[in-house]
Amino acid sequence: MRRVLTSAAVAAALALAVTACGSSSGGAGSAPAKSAVPAEVSGTVTWWDTSDATTEGPVFQEIIKGFESTYPKIKVNYVNVPFADARDKFKTAAQSGSGAPDVLRTDVGWVAEFASLGYLAPLDGTPALDKPEEFLPVPAASGKFNGKTYGVPQVTDTLGLLYNKELLKKAGYDEPPATMADLKKVALDVKSKTGAGGIALNVDAYFLLPFIYGEGGDFVDVQNKKITISSPQSVAGVKIVEDLITSGAAVKPALQDSYTNAETAFKDGKVAMIFNGPWSNADNLGGKVFKDNPDNFGVAPVPAGSVKAGSPLGGHDYTVYAGSQNLDASYLFVQYMASAESQAKIAGKLGLLPTRLPAYSAPEATANPKIAQWAKPMETAVERPWIPEAASLFQPLVEGYQKLAGGQTTTEPMLKDVATAYQGILKGWSL
Amino acid sequence: MTADVVATRRAAPRSGARRLLSRHWYAWAMTAPVVIVTLVLVGYPLVRGVYLSLTDATEATMGRTIGMNVIPSTYEFVGLQNYADIITSSEFLGRLAWTVVWTVACVALHVGIGLGLALLLNRPMRLRSFYRVLLVLPWAVPAFVSAFIWRYLLNGEFGVVNAMLRAAGFAGVAWLDDPFWAKVSVIACNVWLGVPFMMLAMLGGLQAIPRELYEAAEVDGATPWQRFRHITLPGLRPVSSTVVLLGTIWTFNQFPVIYLLTKGGPGGATEILVTYAYRQAFEGIRNYSGSAAWGMVILALLVVLAAVYRRALKQQGEAW
Repeated sequence: MRRVLTSAAVAAALALAVTACGSSSGGAGSAPAKSAVPAEVSGTVTWWDTSDATTEGPVFQEIIKGFESTYPKIKVNYVNVPFADARDKFKTAAQSGSGAPDVLRTDVGWVAEFASLGYLAPLDGTPALDKPEEFLPVPAASGKFNGKTYGVPQVTDTLGLLYNKELLKKAGYDEPPATMADLKKVALDVKSKTGAGGIALNVDAYFLLPFIYGEGGDFVDVQNKKITISSPQSVAGVKIVEDLITSGAAVKPALQDSYTNAETAFKDGKVAMIFNGPWSNADNLGGKVFKDNPDNFGVAPVPAGSVKAGSPLGGHDYTVYAGSQNLDASYLFVQYMASAESQAKIAGKLGLLPTRLPAYSAPEATANPKIAQWAKPMETAVERPWIPEAASLFQPLVEGYQKLAGGQTTTEPMLKDVATAYQGILKGWSL
Repeated sequence: MTADVVATRRAAPRSGARRLLSRHWYAWAMTAPVVIVTLVLVGYPLVRGVYLSLTDATEATMGRTIGMNVIPSTYEFVGLQNYADIITSSEFLGRLAWTVVWTVACVALHVGIGLGLALLLNRPMRLRSFYRVLLVLPWAVPAFVSAFIWRYLLNGEFGVVNAMLRAAGFAGVAWLDDPFWAKVSVIACNVWLGVPFMMLAMLGGLQAIPRELYEAAEVDGATPWQRFRHITLPGLRPVSSTVVLLGTIWTFNQFPVIYLLTKGGPGGATEILVTYAYRQAFEGIRNYSGSAAWGMVILALLVVLAAVYRRALKQQGEAW
């Protein structure tokens, strides 16, 4: 009898020991050897790409082929992970220490969060951070946290006003609206004169930002640790959106699959205008009304509010997982992928905006008219708060925006609720 | 069974307990694998969950070492703070009320429609097995696939359901965008998913009711309603009491339908307790302690429900 119990205890202890080992096995990473000769580095780099698998992915895979022929001893394992799932998936894998990629294409808003949680390798002094002086300062700031660099900018973007030139012309406008007041007027004229909708709104917190920035508001004021989402400026911005919806200037927005519905309506010519970023270039140009007539597709800066024209800075950085077993190979991979040559290639093929200054003047990049088209909208880009909680700030606002768009609440009480939710996320910040 | 052993052990003197163990060593050896697996898979996480729910552990305060980054543990024991926060939060009662409505509506429809279909299929007819297979189909498709299909069907602008409504001359309905219709939609989808199981279970129960009872009742001149009321329903009770409890627990914790169909929206209108707990755990910096406390609250609610339900059945003379 006793023997049975003892062996049971041993088995249980073993099981526990195995689980315990599992959680800490990620710790034994190879030490960063700065002196490694690049050509001698070998290994396998797993890269999680979050770009559009059908329109963008193939171009990145092409560049990877170039990397593999330059470094024949390094193999790249390309994995396309849907953008919407990537943050959650990476965190789960990074934390458990198994299944995390070596390199991740990280949204600029995630870097501070991942870095603060210890998931990312600092890149200062490694081959990954090559010629840092070439980077545009605003995108480069997204890769830094607490004075260290964790992300190497891949592409940068912002929201612009995309419009259907023919529909605007039919309504009597040769130029896209430059102010929020004009936006409403143009949208209403399109609606009454062409039968198409004026503007399609994507009910998502990120897409509220141009309205809020335009009136001088923001989510938070990082310097003064202040929550500003319910400030008079932010309220004024969101009121513009409320007015667009209630006046009928915007088509009744879908709340589920909001992005896709708005995009589909725009691509099919059912609405004349939409706010979106350069990542949608390829998608839009494949749409019914632009496929055979790409000149019909217009890009303009977001309309200005009473204070300025402002749209959120977005984009993606390359980050390296701290627990990677192939750090040296990963650094070289990031260096290659973020080089001016690779960026110029990506810009030329996809119209995604480079983060290195020299890439903008490369012939490959200038050959794509999209790059020049987006230069103006980029001037309105506003830096977002690079704090670990940044990505958590969207959800409460999305819920509020849904209630607003559904007509169950109005701007002021909605933003007050959001501010209260923010107080739970940002401990110790004032209103 | 464990309870019995503990009781005997407590009652008998120490040497008696030892004798009992040694006499039944074979039974102990046979149950050991199950006991160990249960302890590792259920017991350990449960104990750990209880412990975490009493701390302020989050993704940021739990110590870990990843490559060159060493993060020390800084979380502390906070007692019942997390539970107090949940009970006093403005969300809790609203979420609980909707979760109860959702559960009652879904289970009532599951049982009602499932029983109706089972009665239809329990009589001889042509193509009976074909119908049975057809009706089980929703069960055979993984829930997440069905939920996605429903989401596309119900899309306000481009969905098939609204296209049909418009073709018939009606205005489209904002199925997933209006709080009321979103609630109707998630319940409809879950009913569609859950009916096959109820139907199969009820069909099994119906076939176990002796034919002679019906024949005798007919001879005595009982109407169809009387036969249903006094033979079918009592005869089904052993099956129905179990599946109703199971259905209640499943529906209470039905995560995929809500999350995949509406993500708890619009504006949190369809958020049930489990999807809310999930948000706590996986959105932003993961809040392990808060979500563990939510899990414990949900577990406690279900345990209370099961206990009350069992007592009610016992009072009706059900040996369950």
